Amino acid sequence: MATVLDTIEFNEEGFMTDPNTWTKEIGELIAKEEGIENLTENHWIIIDFCRKTGEETGKAPTLRQITTGTEISTKELFALYPKGPAKKVAKISGLGKPEGCV
Amino acid sequence: MTEKKNRHIAFICSKGDLDMAYPALIMGWAALGNGVDVTIFFTFWGLDMITKDRCNKLEMAPVSKTSMKMKMMGLPTGNLGIPNILGIIPGMTAFTSWFLKKEMKKLGVPPIKEYIEMLSDGGAKLYGCKMTVDMFNIKKEDFLPQVNDVVTASDFIDMTEGAEIVFI
Repeated sequence: MATVLDTIEFNEEGFMTDPNTWTKEIGELIAKEEGIENLTENHWIIIDFCRKTGEETGKAPTLRQITTGTEISTKELFALYPKGPAKKVAKISGLGKPEGCV
Repeated sequence: MTEKKNRHIAFICSKGDLDMAYPALIMGWAALGNGVDVTIFFTFWGLDMITKDRCNKLEMAPVSKTSMKMKMMGLPTGNLGIPNILGIIPGMTAFTSWFLKKEMKKLGVPPIKEYIEMLSDGGAKLYGCKMTVDMFNIKKEDFLPQVNDVVTASDFIDMTEGAEIVFI
């Protein structure tokens, strides 16, 4: 099935190459591909934080930056985005691979 | 989707020096962030990392730290290290420990206790070494609540079948 994702450019690792072409709809579609069917309010708190960080710094935030910058705990972050939240969150938010280590 | 066994990395932490405590924590956290299962086994001095009244008091002595150059502290000393003889001066270990903690903090690296909490919240399994616990008369209550259990070396080998093992 053709979706809007077919018109978007991704790099080899599956990150969007141009964060400016990201929309909420695209975020939802990438989330589905990553195995998250429904994005809840708390999923969006994290995505919004990532988008904001991306706009300000040009980089995807690290997991610790997400937990210290939002009300979301580490436990909840891993529950919302299971099996590899670092890459998953950055992909869904249309940003590049997080560069920090913590 | 076909079910394949998830990648699993197991770290053995045997050191209680501040600089030797961080590698497994940083790598373990990165592994969890990438969806890799993490198990950490703390043995010998590494048990300090999960001991309530020790974990945030780990230190790094300057003696034999040949890569730690005085220029890191802003001195115009080029490639000169901290002379080992200075290491015996009272307060030198406290100074180098303070220095490392300060630099880590600048990068947003949390203290050991908080790191252990993060790893546990992220799903890492943390175990103390039974033999060391017996040898040093440590009790399970002395450990941070995030420690899953105290297990034997044999238990650790069983639970890390197929895992990549990193000894620190």
